[in-house]
Amino acid sequence: MATTTVPPAPAKKINRIGLERADYKGAASTLCAGCGHNAISERIIEACYEMGIEPYRVIKLSGIGCSSKSPAYFLSNSHGFNAVHGRMPSVASGAMFANRHLICLGVSGDGDTASIGIGQFVHLMRRNVPLIYIIEDNGCYGLTKGQFSATADLGSKLKNGIVNDLPPIDTCALAILLGATYVARSFSGDKKQLSALLKGALAHNGTALLDVISPCVTFNDHEGSTKSYSYVQEHDDPLAELDFVPFFSDITVDYDPGTTTEVTLHDGSRLLLKKLESDYDPTAKARALELLMESHEKGTVVTGLLYVNPQAPTFIDLLNLVDEPLATLPESKVRPPKQVLAEVMELLK
Amino acid sequence: MGISEFAVKEAEASPQEKVINDMSIQVATVNGSGSQTANTVLLRAIFQMGIPVSGKNMFPSNIAGLPTWFTVRASKYGYIGRKKEIDFLVAMNPETAEEDVRGLEAGASVVYDEKLNLNRLRQDLIFYPVPFDQLVAPICPNAKLRKLVRNMIYDGVLAKLLGIPMEEIHTALKKQFRKKASAVELNFNAARVGYDYAEQHLPKRGRFWLERMDATRGKIIIDGNSAAALGALFGGVTVCTWYPITPSSSLAEALADYLRRYRMDPETGKATFAIVQGEDELASLGMAIGAGWAGARSMTATSGPGISLMSEFAGLGYYVEVPVVIFDIQRVGPSTGLPTRTAQGDILKNAVLSHGDTRHILLIPGSVEECFSMGVEAFDLAEEFQTPVFVMSDLDLGMNNWMADPFPYPEKPMARGKVLTAEDLDRLGGFERYGDVDGDGIGYRTLPGTRHPKAAYFARGSGHNAKAQYSERPEDYVANMDRLKKKLETARRRVPKPEITGAPDAEIGIIAYGSSHCAIVECLDQLRQEYGIESEYCRVRAYPFTEEVFDFIRRHRRVYVVEQNRDAQMKSLLRMEVDAAEVGKLRSVLHYLGMPIDARSITDSIVSQEEQI
Ligand SMILES: Cc1ncc(C[n+]2csc(CCOP(=O)(O)OP(=O)(O)O)c2C)c(N)n1
Ligand code: SF4
Ligand SMILES: [Mg+2]
Repeated sequence: MATTTVPPAPAKKINRIGLERADYKGAASTLCAGCGHNAISERIIEACYEMGIEPYRVIKLSGIGCSSKSPAYFLSNSHGFNAVHGRMPSVASGAMFANRHLICLGVSGDGDTASIGIGQFVHLMRRNVPLIYIIEDNGCYGLTKGQFSATADLGSKLKNGIVNDLPPIDTCALAILLGATYVARSFSGDKKQLSALLKGALAHNGTALLDVISPCVTFNDHEGSTKSYSYVQEHDDPLAELDFVPFFSDITVDYDPGTTTEVTLHDGSRLLLKKLESDYDPTAKARALELLMESHEKGTVVTGLLYVNPQAPTFIDLLNLVDEPLATLPESKVRPPKQVLAEVMELLK
Repeated sequence: MGISEFAVKEAEASPQEKVINDMSIQVATVNGSGSQTANTVLLRAIFQMGIPVSGKNMFPSNIAGLPTWFTVRASKYGYIGRKKEIDFLVAMNPETAEEDVRGLEAGASVVYDEKLNLNRLRQDLIFYPVPFDQLVAPICPNAKLRKLVRNMIYDGVLAKLLGIPMEEIHTALKKQFRKKASAVELNFNAARVGYDYAEQHLPKRGRFWLERMDATRGKIIIDGNSAAALGALFGGVTVCTWYPITPSSSLAEALADYLRRYRMDPETGKATFAIVQGEDELASLGMAIGAGWAGARSMTATSGPGISLMSEFAGLGYYVEVPVVIFDIQRVGPSTGLPTRTAQGDILKNAVLSHGDTRHILLIPGSVEECFSMGVEAFDLAEEFQTPVFVMSDLDLGMNNWMADPFPYPEKPMARGKVLTAEDLDRLGGFERYGDVDGDGIGYRTLPGTRHPKAAYFARGSGHNAKAQYSERPEDYVANMDRLKKKLETARRRVPKPEITGAPDAEIGIIAYGSSHCAIVECLDQLRQEYGIESEYCRVRAYPFTEEVFDFIRRHRRVYVVEQNRDAQMKSLLRMEVDAAEVGKLRSVLHYLGMPIDARSITDSIVSQEEQI
């Protein structure tokens, strides 16, 4: 009698908490094929999988726009909240006050952030609430069919020939100025850099702003658009080659010490910046702003980690909150006892 | 014979009986001149004498320089609404003194700064000139303090003229300044000087007197905003996000004080709350909604202009079904309106706040006791119904001092609503966020951070199905909207019922709400005693209206809806829901001067409408 041996199925790849990459997926995207936003969702999935983030601890919030739809397309085992246009920062902040142990991913667009939501954006950066704020920046309003946004470059042209004659808002410069503690710019097509920046942001304790150039293939990926694939590829000026070493990893990264700057993040993870040409210290605020101004003049897009301050107190620290989430404190902790009311009443007599 | 002597003779000439414990005193000063201490002490002294009393501040939207009026009403009958007539005027403000004096009814008394020469204006009033500057100089060498201390002199003068024992002034000062003995002494000296001056130079004329009685024993004095803050404190609030606006700021500020005092965890010394001043009202409600979604008992406090800004978020809260409490301390609109004057102008708007078919639960406190109890209950209702709940206070209730019974401790445990834990999910194997398994229109929710693979759902303000998935299908949209309607019907049976008193078989019914209550109580007596008109009174305490409100309308021929706005907002809401045959019964009594409503105006309006039948 012949026996057949079945070869064992190849072991599925799992991360350090035993989950597969598929456990981090979301619903199928309804965005246009080739939209930069989809590539960002992929990097978010990848970064969370590789970091071994527990999906139940993540909340993903957004405003309104094509970009703001994307939280539905990653991490379906995490709570999501698609709020109103430009107001994700407040909703996300409130959720973090209620439960300080959550990991918050906020997704916004350039319209959602730099126009209708600029007020909330400014105050969020100032407060340093621990969350990751990703601007999927295409220089236009995708969902309402291509109008200019406030990050569109001076002189860029819409398909119908209309030229933008107002200067752009640099959300990274603004964030640095206002007090954000992790500020980076990247490009949806740069897998390696974006992935490392996302992981760094996940390890950071404070507000992490990532402005990710994310071309809109339908309305703003044509000749002359400064937010097109070809423009960014030609004018990308990476600050440094970036690598991320999570705190739980003992892999040594092989860099020549003389060419590497290392940033240790809140949880012990390290960001390694391999210098390209100039010396760049991402903890120097004024230099970061200067660099951004210079690149505007040159017409280039500097990408990479622009500024980081891993030590600054977060808003949660300032609120001096108990460790337990406020949301689940028992009645005995949130309703003072009878004698307190009696005491207050006595003072009012 | 000087004019003032002549006037006094005139006033005295009419036969007068002593009027005891039934009067109103108005103090007219300049905003920022430090009259608050003198006014509070006057109020407290009368309260300590056992006489029911209330104090109302009519102030401008200004920090210093504009006129402000403080009215004290003492009433042995327990009427604590505003009295239309002023019996005693203290005229300290040169800018308004003449107009204030001209507005008085014959026979009223005026204490005034001598140099204003007010006695030349009328002959039918009783004038008491007081040389404030001469009196204050010797007792207060510090010129800077003089401006403030000067006001205490009128307390002394009034004490003598009305019969307030000086020891009550002293006790009230001690309460006011707690441990600052020097401040007590300085202010008491000023009152003393006023008292002595009146004793020597101002023989009492006129008929108003205060005498000890025993109607305030065990009572407290509090403003509605502090009461509401206490409600939130004992309601277990954990997140309060707000933006300053008169007249609601003092609610959040009082809450901050109470929280810091009573809600620091004794073991760790850490806060069991987050109180955050937002960048505007949009952010304030946005943060409160984010917190409510994540499971906190969250709230904000605002007034009309803030409500307008919040309307998009209010719709989000309704449609995503997030618990959140919004205290609306109403003021006069439209637009910036009269920021420091009172109104009931947000009733109609808040019931349907936001675009699309939106309906909200409103709680309408009619007293400081209810500012407290509804402040507690609002959090239960918000979580039970997973929806924004508005507490509709107003400036009169919120910022003025009211006498009340001590608040009872909330004995009912907190109702946290339908929240599924990881264990529940294990047992159930999953859930539909916007389903209706119980048939009451209320779904089950999970909180972010629940450690279970089936816990997550996607909250969205866009169209969604029972599973919280994006949907534009007509059937899904309709099913969801109909369930939300059913939820409101469930709320209709759960919200506070109206308080109904009086004669059920009377022809006339009176519907009122909120701070109008104290004036209605007095108006009902006036109608009965002066005109022989019997009526039944229904104080509406919530929206959606409960069945009792409709029954009330059915059993009367004519129903007067009394409200403090121009457009009959509550009546409009009632008209949307009453049977067609009942609509014609509804009449209006409208009061929108910015001043708290008074009984006499309501009585006059009802009587004149009744005369035309
Ligand atoms: C209050 C409000 N105003 C306007 C809109 C319409 N609207 C929807 S998305 C959008 C712009 C989105 O642009 P962006 O944030 O850049 O997202 P993108 O679609 O480009 O990713 C606008 C104006 C809205 N939803 N709400
Ligand atoms: S319209 Fe533009 S931004 Fe929107 S999905 Fe399509 S490509 Fe992306
Ligand atoms: Mg855009």
